[in-house]
Amino acid sequence: MMHQHNRPLNQGIDGVLISLYIVMVLIGWIAIFAATYDETQPSIFDIDRAYGRQFLWIIGGALLAGIVLLTDSKFYPAFAYIIYGTVMLMVCAVFLFGTTVKGDKNWFDIGSFQLQPSEFAKFAANLAIAKYLSGLTINMKDVKVRIVATFLFMFPAVLIALQGDTGSALIYISFFLVLFRFGLPASYLAIGLYVIALSIVSLVLDKYILILVLLGIGGVLLFLSRKNRSLVFIMVTAFILSSGYVLTTDFVFNSVLEPHQQQRINVLLGKEVKVKDADYNVRQSMIAIGSGGVLGKGFLKGTLTKYNFVPEQSTDFIFCTIGEEYGFWGSTVVLILFLAMLLRILHIAQRQRSRFSMIYAYGVASLIFFHLLINVGMTIGLMPVIGIPLPFISYGGSSLWSFTILLFILIKLDGDRLAVLR
Amino acid sequence: MTDLFQQRRYTLQYAIIVIVAIYVARLFYIQVIDKDYKQLANANVLRQVTVFPARGLVYDRNGKLIIDNQKEYDLWVIPGQVKHLDTLGFCDLVGISDTLFRETLTKAYQHSRFIPSLFVKGISVEIYAAIQDELYLFPGFYGQVRSVRAYPHHSAAHLLGYISEVTPKQIANSNGYYRQGDYIGTGGLEQWYEQSLRGVKGTRFVLVDVHNREQGSFNAGEFDTAAIPGKNIISTLDIDLQQYGELLMQGKTGSIVAIEPRTGEILCMVSSPAYDPSLLTGQNRGKNFRALLVDTLNPLFVRPLKAAYPPGSTYKPTLALVGLQQGAIHENSTYACPGAYYSGNLRVKCGHSGFVDDLPQAIQHSCNSFFCSFFRKTIDQDSLRSVAKGLDDWKAMLATFRIGEKTGIDLPNEGYGFVPSSKYYNKLYGEKGWSSLTVVSLGIGQGEIGETPLQMANVTTAIANRGYFYTPHVARQVVGEDSSTAKFKVRKVIPISRYNFDVVVQGLKQVVESGTAAGSKIPGNTMAGKTGTAENPHGNDHSLFVAFAPADNPKIAIAVIVENAGWGASYGAPIASLMMEKFLNDTISAARKPVETRMIEAKLAMK
Repeated sequence: MMHQHNRPLNQGIDGVLISLYIVMVLIGWIAIFAATYDETQPSIFDIDRAYGRQFLWIIGGALLAGIVLLTDSKFYPAFAYIIYGTVMLMVCAVFLFGTTVKGDKNWFDIGSFQLQPSEFAKFAANLAIAKYLSGLTINMKDVKVRIVATFLFMFPAVLIALQGDTGSALIYISFFLVLFRFGLPASYLAIGLYVIALSIVSLVLDKYILILVLLGIGGVLLFLSRKNRSLVFIMVTAFILSSGYVLTTDFVFNSVLEPHQQQRINVLLGKEVKVKDADYNVRQSMIAIGSGGVLGKGFLKGTLTKYNFVPEQSTDFIFCTIGEEYGFWGSTVVLILFLAMLLRILHIAQRQRSRFSMIYAYGVASLIFFHLLINVGMTIGLMPVIGIPLPFISYGGSSLWSFTILLFILIKLDGDRLAVLR
Repeated sequence: MTDLFQQRRYTLQYAIIVIVAIYVARLFYIQVIDKDYKQLANANVLRQVTVFPARGLVYDRNGKLIIDNQKEYDLWVIPGQVKHLDTLGFCDLVGISDTLFRETLTKAYQHSRFIPSLFVKGISVEIYAAIQDELYLFPGFYGQVRSVRAYPHHSAAHLLGYISEVTPKQIANSNGYYRQGDYIGTGGLEQWYEQSLRGVKGTRFVLVDVHNREQGSFNAGEFDTAAIPGKNIISTLDIDLQQYGELLMQGKTGSIVAIEPRTGEILCMVSSPAYDPSLLTGQNRGKNFRALLVDTLNPLFVRPLKAAYPPGSTYKPTLALVGLQQGAIHENSTYACPGAYYSGNLRVKCGHSGFVDDLPQAIQHSCNSFFCSFFRKTIDQDSLRSVAKGLDDWKAMLATFRIGEKTGIDLPNEGYGFVPSSKYYNKLYGEKGWSSLTVVSLGIGQGEIGETPLQMANVTTAIANRGYFYTPHVARQVVGEDSSTAKFKVRKVIPISRYNFDVVVQGLKQVVESGTAAGSKIPGNTMAGKTGTAENPHGNDHSLFVAFAPADNPKIAIAVIVENAGWGASYGAPIASLMMEKFLNDTISAARKPVETRMIEAKLAMK
């Protein structure tokens, strides 16, 4: 333990994860180049263009990664709450000093660059949760623990939602996966999935028909479980709650959600949408990806990409560029890279001897997985349009830096796994 | 460390693998299996742009350009780019009203902010030159050049036709050639030679961006086809003669058709009232067209081709030829004219009275009595033959002159004129209900018979040639396409002997020497002709004259009809002789200037 400072810096560093990271960042840079290519400014280093700026963000990301690796691994658990508190303050400060970009007031202007503190809240929340759950007295059976853990990630989520960035706020749901992994009863997840399923079905089906269906299913289950009193009680309660929920979904849908959010959900559900542009993004995105074919149209040859048919293509819809220019082959490679990275992170998680590192690793995997699930899902029409970036690939400094820090803290923790036992 | 939930260590792995598998399957479906997206992508970015070829030009027989292509500008606007607009300055510059400006711009906005909308159509080169200099002050507006027809001589509208936008029916019948907004020849030469004049459209495939703005060619133009310009036409028209004819006919309704007998080439074809063909191009085209359409003198009506007039006495030479050939009469037949033709209760008045020595003299004096009796002999001559057969044989002979038939001129909508058949009278009077007497007025070119001015000119051509003609035509050559004018080189022979033609021509010479048209001699040239006065049930008689000159070496044959102008000698003959003098001598002799002035100034057309 005393010898750790004498070890070479790269010892214990996971080469696989770093390689995957570098490959993804480079793929992203090339995809951004193609998505925002301007013939008059053909240099990939031209900082007037998104690709040139992304290069600066990548350099900055590399520096951050280096700083993270040079920092003592004990720093992260020790300062978890302080980091969390600082970032939360920054997120709050945006309310006072922030700049509004595309309706979301969550940006800081730093010279000609802009930073989005809400992006950094992700790793901060992950640190705090890992710290909290790794406490020796913490037991998920304790309802108070559940509440505090949930609060730790729902607090930034609510702040971010208040700033207007519902998409980024939704991401914090991914921490439920972490809680589940470390003891949250499965029924919570089951109920969550049930509510989501019920919401979708109630928006599609007539609600009275749906209540009849529920009544039928409930009746059968009730008959099967008629001997068990408590089960009968649960069934009846569940039915009443479900029916009530179904009856209020329309109200919630219409009064709580913004019109553009309603449209995005309607688009996904295949409902008739009055506003012409509501399904435009998804349609163009699917056309771009679908027209890529098996091998794609080639670098800088994606016509929809080149002529700006897909909005937000360098950021949220960057996957279209890959789908159009590199086809099924290219988009599958990117998905496989993500799969490899996620499985690698989970593999790393399992080999941790420190509970903090393990929980942190699960948080990293859950966050990246959720981004992948929603971002790629929306470009291929399987998820509603929620404006969140594709980790490591989308244009944007805040997102790249935040994911870089998130990942490299894990790499650092993993590198020192043999040295410490926390 | 203690992991109390070891059984959950693979849950997230499984979820990730399942989701990635679903996404790969979805990608496989939309990228590999479903081909719709490729087509949708092409529909998004590929536009097919038509490249319009220049339409063929038309020259007159002396090489003068009579239909030209002229540049015209359309002003377009991209509403999204309009800013800091000085409305007043713009309206002043372009010459439109403030209200119109606002309306048009609003409409353009509603159409699209990014796609160009047509703002002002058909600005002439001169006006555009002034606008162009200041157009940079008005971002969002730009001019686009377009080719329109121009008529440097402002005449021959009926013969040339015009171009207009294709109708849905024409689009449907064109096998996909025409599209909405294309132009097509309408009427005249433009319509008849549409396929040669229009050329072949080219296609360019261009890529457009999300705002429908052109971004360059597709595959470096690999699939583009070039436009092939339309073929030029050298017409038979003498544009100077045409203009002179239109001048002589101003203020009158009627027609002049002049043919070069040696070739069948139409030298001029005046339809009066005439109009300037330039009216049907450019900015005010629609307004001008409506004005012409409601004009009670019907200037859009192509009289030389469509109007059938009773030929009156101009028809007598034709009848004489048919009669001679059929042996119904002899060149030396004599007739004592009592001043009218009497048969039973019928009396056909004759302008002349006295003894007719021979056929030429009958023509010279246009003796109605002679021709009435002559006509009856012609159709009755053979007692073994019924009058019906006689009439139909007569009709068949007229058909060889193209009377009652289309001449086959290379212009659309030619009329037939009318020659009654036995069937026609059987229907009218019953099979036994009529005789040669019933139809005797046909002998003097009255009654049911109708000839178009073109047919009259064609008959005159056949007589001038002493027995043949070429199908009258207005295109001498379609440059690079000899096949379309080859049929005009085929001589049509009339089955009447040359000798008989000489007899009739002798009569026609006498008409001019000392007969009804003696007042219209051409100084220095011989002429043969025949006056006619066609009775018109709707008003004053029509003044007709057919002639050719020089009499023994004809270079021009002409038919003139001046509606409601009275005697043939009053207007028809002077106008025809002035036309021929102009054509043969190039100028009008001083002695004839008063006649010319009188003709030009005569106002006979009543609205």
